[in-house]
Amino acid sequence: MASKTATKDIITLRGSAAIVSEFFGYAANSILYNRGVYPEESFARVKKYGLPMLLSQDEGVKSFISNLNSQLSEWLEAGKLQRVVLVIMSKESGEVLERWNFSIETDNEVVETGVSREKSDKEIMREIQAIMRQIASSITYLPCLDEACVFDVLAYTDKDCAVPFTWIESDPKLIANPQMVKLHSFDTKIHKVDTLVSYKNDEWDEE
Amino acid sequence: METGMINSSASSNKTQSRCPLQEQFLQRRNSRENLDRFIPNRSAMDFDYAHYMLTEGKKGKENPAVGSSPSREAYRKQLAETFNMNRTRILAFKNKPPTPVEAIPNELSSAAHQVKSAKPRRHIPQTSERTLDAPDLMDDYYLNLLDWGSSNVLSIALGSTVYLWDASDGNTSELLTVDEETGPVTSVKWAPDGKHIAVGLNNSDVQLWDSTANRLLRTLKGGHASRVGALDWNNHILTTGGMDGQIINNDVRVRQHIVETFRGHQQEVCGLKWSASGQQLASGGNDNLLHIWDRSMASANAPTQWLHRLEDHTAAVKALAWCPFQGNLLASGGGGGDRCIKFWNTHTGACLNSVDTGSQVCALLWNKNERELLSSHGFTQNQLTLWKYPSMVKMAELTGHTSRVLFMAQSPDGCTVASAAGDETLRFWNVFGTPEVAKPAPKTSVAEPFAHLNRIR
Repeated sequence: MASKTATKDIITLRGSAAIVSEFFGYAANSILYNRGVYPEESFARVKKYGLPMLLSQDEGVKSFISNLNSQLSEWLEAGKLQRVVLVIMSKESGEVLERWNFSIETDNEVVETGVSREKSDKEIMREIQAIMRQIASSITYLPCLDEACVFDVLAYTDKDCAVPFTWIESDPKLIANPQMVKLHSFDTKIHKVDTLVSYKNDEWDEE
Repeated sequence: METGMINSSASSNKTQSRCPLQEQFLQRRNSRENLDRFIPNRSAMDFDYAHYMLTEGKKGKENPAVGSSPSREAYRKQLAETFNMNRTRILAFKNKPPTPVEAIPNELSSAAHQVKSAKPRRHIPQTSERTLDAPDLMDDYYLNLLDWGSSNVLSIALGSTVYLWDASDGNTSELLTVDEETGPVTSVKWAPDGKHIAVGLNNSDVQLWDSTANRLLRTLKGGHASRVGALDWNNHILTTGGMDGQIINNDVRVRQHIVETFRGHQQEVCGLKWSASGQQLASGGNDNLLHIWDRSMASANAPTQWLHRLEDHTAAVKALAWCPFQGNLLASGGGGGDRCIKFWNTHTGACLNSVDTGSQVCALLWNKNERELLSSHGFTQNQLTLWKYPSMVKMAELTGHTSRVLFMAQSPDGCTVASAAGDETLRFWNVFGTPEVAKPAPKTSVAEPFAHLNRIR
């Protein structure tokens, strides 16, 4: 019954899951680049969201993120993903230095009935672009990571979700008394993604 | 409030227009799931049971009184928070992402910065691959006693003798020994063909040898007034720099071999390098000067005027290296009083960058495969430092020599660097990696158009 003119702005659950998981892929790459987790030279520049984005060319990182993405889209399509957290830890001590928190609110009506929503691609891209800009500019306030770092990704899923073969349950890798900065959100009308970065308090600021 | 009202009315409208089966389904969903806020339902919770489990349940074991202590309460709270009231499952991949590879051990002070910029794929060995004895190597900053030819043979002058070391089979042979009056040897330089070699001598002569036949072909006399410490080839032109401050272009094919003379240095010329295009010559001297000479401005009759006279170094300029991927880029290093590596646009004479290395710069080499520069130093570390260009981040510091690293030479494939030091050793370093990893082809093609332009002019 929907009017024909609106077809191009219709967004389905599948499409929304694809947008969100793709967003994670680019966001994760951008964080790894901007926070210097991997050397600059291992990234290549591509155009995405109307911005120059950087993608890791390291085979290990590439396959990790693509495996992650395929699992995330599966969960997103089932509406079982509550949150994705990218954790940056000290390589030496394992101490958690930064948590990039992407919480997801899913419109359960869509998951259960398969109806679609309307929102233009352009608008979603604009929202994502704003987040990407914020991630890139986050280096101005985040404390310097002046040691070698590693990263990990945590997925918060519904309790009734079966644990896939390649995944294990993890602790939340929280930071004690973190500083938090909330970034922009984007909303596909099916999945709403809130981005927040929490990081270790800089001891120097305490005095 | 308001939105909630609209929602409920809208959904009721919708449900009315739908067929019964769906309606039922929707209603069920609404009653259960339409919770955009979490409202605790106290009646649904078994408080007594929960309280018992938290406080009394473990009483029988060992800590009967602890149950209600504030610390336990706090712990329980944190536990509940951590597990997000048990509504969530936190998952992580079993296979962790690869850890970034460190090319440099962490003992260095600014290690973290280096680690970030280090190539993850290339391991830079910290020790020399091979060490050879070089007895009687003259510990003289102003000489140039080491060269690695295009036929993969290394030549080194030890005292009055020039030795050849074939890198492909490791064989050593003696090329020549000069007598007391003419020696010692003050410079060696392979011709581009890798067959002929020029040998500068203390008595101002320059000898040309055929390395395959072990035969002296020619002696160039009468150019310089004192020892010849710097040599470089530009096709059939052999350029010699002497202690007298003169730079002479010798055409080795003709009888009157002196074709041009460049006068600009007041003191000993110790660095001489032609650019890849063969158009510009860089010369450095003990007078702290760096000159850029243009081939097209040279003439046999009048002393040639320099293109640029660069006075920024505050000590002798010996280390010179033309960038292999950027036609007009020259790196120069200053001696003990200067310690700087400077980068020049040799077209404009502009100094692009200057980095204080903290130590005498004896030699400079560009990596042919990557944008990297290797410098060799004297007191205090006697190290080789690998720099990322243009960021000039230190990628590696190679130590091993126990005296200043006077000379460096690069293998024809660009991978291996030989260094000779005042400690009378010759060391080989695999610092530039293997060419398979790198991609030299596009870089040379980038440099080529500019070189071509130079020739036209």
